[in-house]
Amino acid sequence: MIEIKDLHKSYQMGSNSLHVLKGINFSVKEGELVAIMGSSGSGKSTLLNILGMLDEADGGSYFLDNVPIKGLNETKAAQYRNKFLGFVFQSFNLINYKTALENVALPLYYQRKNRKERTEKAMNYLGKVGLTNWATHLPSELSGGQKQRVAIARALAADPKVLLADEPTGALDSTTSYEVMDIIQGINDEGKTILVVTHEQDIANMCKRIVHLKDGVIVEDKEVEQVRASQYV
Amino acid sequence: MKFIFERDTWQEIYGAIRKNKIRTIITVIGVTWGVFLFVFLLGMAKGLDNSFRSQFNDFATNTMFLWGQQTSIPNEGFKRGRRMQLTLDDVEALESQVDDIEYIAPRNVTGQWGTPPGQFVRGSKSGAFKVFGDYPTIDKVSKKKIFDGGRFINEEDIKYERKVCVIGEDIYKQFYDKDEEVIGGFVRINGIYFKVIGVYKPTQAGGFEGDDSIFLPFTTFQTIFNQGRNISWMVITAKADKNIVNTETIIKTILKREHNVHPDDTQAFGSFNLGEEIAKVNGFLGGMRLITYIVGIATLIAGVIAIGNVLLITVKERTREIGVRRALGATPAEVRGQIMLESILLTFLAGLLGFISGTLLLWGINTAIGNNDDIPILNPTVDFFAVVGALLSIVLLGTLIGLIPAQKAVSIKPIEALREE
Repeated sequence: MIEIKDLHKSYQMGSNSLHVLKGINFSVKEGELVAIMGSSGSGKSTLLNILGMLDEADGGSYFLDNVPIKGLNETKAAQYRNKFLGFVFQSFNLINYKTALENVALPLYYQRKNRKERTEKAMNYLGKVGLTNWATHLPSELSGGQKQRVAIARALAADPKVLLADEPTGALDSTTSYEVMDIIQGINDEGKTILVVTHEQDIANMCKRIVHLKDGVIVEDKEVEQVRASQYV
Repeated sequence: MKFIFERDTWQEIYGAIRKNKIRTIITVIGVTWGVFLFVFLLGMAKGLDNSFRSQFNDFATNTMFLWGQQTSIPNEGFKRGRRMQLTLDDVEALESQVDDIEYIAPRNVTGQWGTPPGQFVRGSKSGAFKVFGDYPTIDKVSKKKIFDGGRFINEEDIKYERKVCVIGEDIYKQFYDKDEEVIGGFVRINGIYFKVIGVYKPTQAGGFEGDDSIFLPFTTFQTIFNQGRNISWMVITAKADKNIVNTETIIKTILKREHNVHPDDTQAFGSFNLGEEIAKVNGFLGGMRLITYIVGIATLIAGVIAIGNVLLITVKERTREIGVRRALGATPAEVRGQIMLESILLTFLAGLLGFISGTLLLWGINTAIGNNDDIPILNPTVDFFAVVGALLSIVLLGTLIGLIPAQKAVSIKPIEALREE
């Protein structure tokens, strides 16, 4: 599903160049649930941004579902993002003047689906995250956990190949975190490929594979026994 | 461009506009105010213009007055200082020789320029007033309002030398009680009985008549005051497509020939020409219209710039939202299109609102003024095409100004937009 070879990325910080990713080799098969771990500055968010086509690598190759991701213009990148990827952010990033339902339906709008289909699908995914009754509520009327569940539903709505979650539990307390992880595990059980960036060990343990990043290189890549989040909920 | 016609696009825009009420209102107020002022100023200028024009129309803009003076150059054995007396022969000569003339009306008066006024007697009251001898055409040149039930002198009065008169409003007030019937009654002028056929009121300031004069049929006047074929002066209106200044030159040349006056004598005949005065007023009105347009258009531009400004701030505010949209698959073209459509829609709606409120105000003013002659505003309207043009241009301006925030929205990379806290 994801094939990365010798990925490099540096940022210009004034006169200094900051080499963030120093040759990442990494592949993800369909149906995997991968945790990317590392301390701040280890390059994990940069990696995720490159995977999410929000940022571009300086060197190396990146194949997503056998499609080379290189030198895309913004329009093409937007189309690929819409088609291949679902994003879940730490700060939820819901559009605050749209209801939960409208937020979930937004990727479908950019897929040019008609209104009826959008509403139907969005309701379906809201049901999946257990928020059917909150469909007409604005984000400001939802709790943090509920907002993140809406965000997950939105990420799923376009039926992407890969779900990218950047610290999805970073702004949540542990109980809520486990609820969110429970949902993520449920989605993975249905076969969706998911990448989770986190720095919390207990969240990482709920994935099937943990990739450790340190100073821009992968220092550890191991399969783990998945801890089911449902036992904490 | 297909997306413009899709319902979903507009629903997205409607959602964004509706949920950002305060900025929408602020934005709209700027342009609404601009268009409102534009329509209002244009309407008032038009009203003033109409009012001036209606006054001058009553006075027939292409009109001159002509009278005899004294010669200043000796000619053909006549010494200088000879007094020129215009007669009906001159009127006939001009009428037959000058094609430019639309109307020509000889006039005679007593009570002006040292001649004795007429003695007006009704019952036990009497008074002295100016008396004019006139043709019906004079009413075409300097319009008078004739009160209900009355009429002005007509051709029959002239033909039969009828002893009828039209009296001024002021005389009526002095000699008649309120609600007393005036038309058809008899009065004495210089000892001769006249039937009153009308009461007039001048519709514009100026002129010799005022509201305390008496009008008699020209022929009657000539007989009673022993004038023979002599006249005091004449009023000449040129045809609409002729220049009264040229006509004046032609007429004077003919008169000089008829009266054996030296061709270079500028003193023999006096004249007053309304054309020049009106040109001045027209210049003033044109200048005012120009100022109105400049102020109006400047206000519009200010309004549209305000929209651009607000949208720019909004884009800054919505950076995150735009980043999210782009992460979810919005292409730069879609983001740009949305911001620009928001700008266009806001300017258009605001413009329409301003137009409607401006028109309502003009309508209100028109209704309030009615036919009040004291206020120099008549029928304040705006030209339909001026308004449509203004609306189109603000929509165009809105589009152009919308480009700035739209470009700004697109220029921010989604990753930077998402990083924004």
